[in-house]
Amino acid sequence: MSTGLARLACARPTLSPFLNSDLHMRPDVSPSDAPILSLSKVTKTFPGVRALSEVSLDLYAGKVTALVGENGAGKSTVVKTLTGIYQPDGGEIRVDGAPVQFPAPQTAENAGVTAIHQETVLFDELSVAENIFLGHAPKGKFGLIDTRAMRKGAQEILDGLGAKIDPSATLKELGTANKHLVAISRALSVDARVVIMDEPTAALSHAEIDELYELVDGLKAQGKAILFISHKFDEIFRIADNYTVFRDGQMVGDGAIADVTEAELVKMMVGRDVSQIFPERDRNLGAEVLSVTGYDHPTEFADIGFTLKRGEILGFYGLVGAGRSEFMQALFGTTKPSAGSVRVNGAEASIRSPADAVSNGIVYVPEDRGNQGAIVDLPIFQNVTLPSLKQTSRKGFLKMAEEFKLAREYTERLDLRAASLDTHVGSLSGGNQQKVVIAKWLATEPKVIILDEPTKGIDIGSKAAVHEFMAELAAQGLAVIMVSSEIPEIVGMADRVIIMREGRIAAELSREDISPEVLVSHAAGVTEIHA
Amino acid sequence: MTKLIASREALLMLAIAVLLGIIAWRFPAFVVPSNLLSVFNDTSPLILLAIGQMIVILTKCIDLSVAANLALTGMVVSLINIAAPDLPVIFIVLIAIGFGTLLGMFNGILVWKLAIPPIVVTLGTMTIFRGVIFLLTEGKWVNSHEMSDSFKSIPRTDLLGLPILSWIAVVAVIVFTIVMTRTSLGRAFYAAGGNPHAATYAGINVGKTQFWAFTISGAIAGLTGYLWVSRFAVAYVDVAGGFELTVVAACVIGGVSIMGGIGTVFGALLGALFLGIIANALPVVNISPFSQMAISGGAIIIAVIVNAQANRTTGRIILKKAEHAA
Repeated sequence: MSTGLARLACARPTLSPFLNSDLHMRPDVSPSDAPILSLSKVTKTFPGVRALSEVSLDLYAGKVTALVGENGAGKSTVVKTLTGIYQPDGGEIRVDGAPVQFPAPQTAENAGVTAIHQETVLFDELSVAENIFLGHAPKGKFGLIDTRAMRKGAQEILDGLGAKIDPSATLKELGTANKHLVAISRALSVDARVVIMDEPTAALSHAEIDELYELVDGLKAQGKAILFISHKFDEIFRIADNYTVFRDGQMVGDGAIADVTEAELVKMMVGRDVSQIFPERDRNLGAEVLSVTGYDHPTEFADIGFTLKRGEILGFYGLVGAGRSEFMQALFGTTKPSAGSVRVNGAEASIRSPADAVSNGIVYVPEDRGNQGAIVDLPIFQNVTLPSLKQTSRKGFLKMAEEFKLAREYTERLDLRAASLDTHVGSLSGGNQQKVVIAKWLATEPKVIILDEPTKGIDIGSKAAVHEFMAELAAQGLAVIMVSSEIPEIVGMADRVIIMREGRIAAELSREDISPEVLVSHAAGVTEIHA
Repeated sequence: MTKLIASREALLMLAIAVLLGIIAWRFPAFVVPSNLLSVFNDTSPLILLAIGQMIVILTKCIDLSVAANLALTGMVVSLINIAAPDLPVIFIVLIAIGFGTLLGMFNGILVWKLAIPPIVVTLGTMTIFRGVIFLLTEGKWVNSHEMSDSFKSIPRTDLLGLPILSWIAVVAVIVFTIVMTRTSLGRAFYAAGGNPHAATYAGINVGKTQFWAFTISGAIAGLTGYLWVSRFAVAYVDVAGGFELTVVAACVIGGVSIMGGIGTVFGALLGALFLGIIANALPVVNISPFSQMAISGGAIIIAVIVNAQANRTTGRIILKKAEHAA
C-alpha cells in the first residue's frame, strides 16, 4: 500500500474543466521515457478468488498498450483498480512516478485517468453536452449549471475529435458510433492523460472501427497514454505499440508489439499448465439424440447446425458476444430464430416456447442461476416440480403426494440436505439452492441438458463437483451441451467442441484436436492456425 | 419461511382479536355473534374483490379497475333488469360474471400481448369503464323502484342463518384456496410472480398467467357488481368510487407482497376483515371517519413494515453464497 502522500486529487487543482490546451499543443514530448501511470505488484483478492496477483503494468505518453488475456484473466479488475472502483490489497499505483491512491472514481478522474467502458454508461434522455459534463458541469452564478459554457466546452471537445455532433441533441437520437464518440468525449472532458478503452470495438461496424482507429491515433498524437483492451488480434496488431499479457490474474509477458507474433501471444495467453483435474470417464456414445440445422437469427447468429449423441458432452466455446447464449436461448424457445429446424431422436420438433423445449426433452440451466433459477418464496418441492406439473397433476389439479415423491427422488439423488421438502428455497444455502435448480431439471427426465457457464464465478472445489456431476449425467446417457468460456473446462470435459465467432460456427473439433491454442486461434480469428 | 408466513397471518389474527377486544371494552354489543355476522356480511364484497386482487398482485401486476368494473357490470345488469324484469336472476348472475370476465380479459390482453405496465392499463380501463356507465345512462341513476323484487332479494335471502351474500364470500374463500394451493394454475400464479425468469425457463407463460389473473379478478368484480347494486338497490356512475384502493389496502394488510409471489387467500380474507371491522366499529364507538382513515392508513404501513422484515432473508444471490460455501 502506498502512503497516499501525493493524493492526486489536490495535486493538479488549477486545470480547467475542459480539454487542457497545453496538452493539446504539446507535441510528443519524450513519449517513452517514463511511464505516466504504472502499476507495480498490485494484488487484489476476493473471497475465494485471487483476481490479481502482483501484476505490473506501465502506460506511456503517446503509446497504446494492449492488454491481452482470456476471460477471467483479470483485465476488468485492472480497469476497476485504475479507475478507483476497486482498492488494491497490495502493491502500488504511481502517477508520474509518485505513489497515489484512488479511493473513489472521482480521485482517479482528477488524476487524469478515465475509462471508456465496454457498454457505454450514458443517459439516453439527456443532451450530448449534459452527458459529456455530467458530474463535473461548469458552474455559474449561485452554483447553477452554466449551460452555455457547457455547450461550448462540449463543442470544443467534439470538434477536437472531428465529430459532427450537435451538443444540444438528445443522446437517444444518435447512432451507436456517435454515442461512442460522446462516451469518448466524456472521458476527455475531465482532462484525461490516461484513457482506458475496454473492448471499444465490440459494438461497432467495420467502418466505425476504422474511425475509432483514427481517433486513437489522434489521441496518441496529443500525448495521451492509452490502455486498449481487446480480444481481437487484428485490432491489437493494427493499433498497439506495446502489449501486456495477463493469465489467471498474473502478468505473464509484456513488450513491444513489433517484437511478437500472434502465435507467441496466444501461447502466453493460454499457458501450458492445465492445473485443474477433471474426472476420468468412459465415453460410451449412443444414438444421435439432437440434430440442429440452419438456425438463423436476424442479428445474433447465422447458420448454426450440429448433431449430438447420447452420453456426449459438446462444448460451445467462443468470446463473450459470439452468440452462444443467444443461440441456446433460441434453441430453448425463449427467443425466436428466423429459420432452422430441430430433430429430437430423429423426429421433427417444433420449439416455440420453453414449454415446447421441455416437453421435447431439452432443458436449459441458465448462466444467471440466481436470477433465473430458483423461486425463493416457494418451498423446495414446488420448485422441483415446477417444470413437471403436467406429470404431477390430473386435469389441472395437483397431486401433492406425487409432487413430494418426485421431489424426494431427485433431491435425494443430489444429496440435498434440508429439514423438509416444505422448506422455502430462500432459506437454503447457495449450494443447496443450486441443487434444487438442477433437481428441477433432472426431474423432467430430459434427453438434452444445456448448461450455460456451469462453473462461472464459483471456486475450484465447487467446480470439481460440478464437473463430476456433469460426467455422471453423460454416463447416464444424457446428452450435455456445455457453454463455457473457460479453456481448461472445455479441454478437460468436452468430447467435441464447437467454436463460435461473430454469430457463426468458426470450427468444430473432436476431442483429439482440442488444444488451448486452437481454441483461442479460432475464437479470436487468428489467420494462421497453430495446432 | 413457512413459519414466518404462518406467523404473519397469526399476527394479523392477533391484531384483529386485540381490535375486537378494545371495541368490546367500549361497546360490548359490537362483539355479539349476530353483529359480527352482519359485519362479515357487510365486508363480503371487499373479501371477494380482495381475493381477485390478491391473485393479480401475486403475478406482479395490479388491477385498479376492479371498482369501475363492479360499477359498470352493476349498471349493465340493472339496465337488463329494467329491460327484461322477468329474466330469472340466475341469468342475471351469469351475465354479471360473464361481463366482468370480459372486462378482466380486456385488461389481461393489454398486459399480455402489448406488454403495457398493468398500472397504466388498469388506470386507463378504470376511467373508460366509468365513462361507459355515463354514456349508457347520461349520468342518470337506476333506483330501487325500477329494479324487480327478485333482482334485489338475492343477496339478502337468508340460508341457514346467513345471507346469500355472506355465503358467496365463504364459497369464494374455499374455492380459491383450493385453486391457489391445489391446481397447476394456482402454482403458476406464485411462480410467475415469485421469479418470472425462472418461471419462463420452467415452461410457464408468464404473460398468459397474468392474463388469467386479470380474468379471475374481472369475473369476481362482475359478480360483486351485481351483488353490490342489488344489495344497495341503486346503480349510478360513482358506485364504489375509490374502492379499488381499499381492496389493494386489504391485500397489503393481509400480507400479500406488492412485489409479487407472496400471498394467500386466507391473508386477503383477514386483511379485508380487519378493514371491515374498523369501518363498522369506529362509527359505533364515536370515532370520526377521519380518524378511521388514519387508522386504516397506519395499519397499511405497519403491515408493510412487518412484511418487509419477514422478507428480508429472501432474495439472496446464489453465486455469492457459493463462493463462500466451499
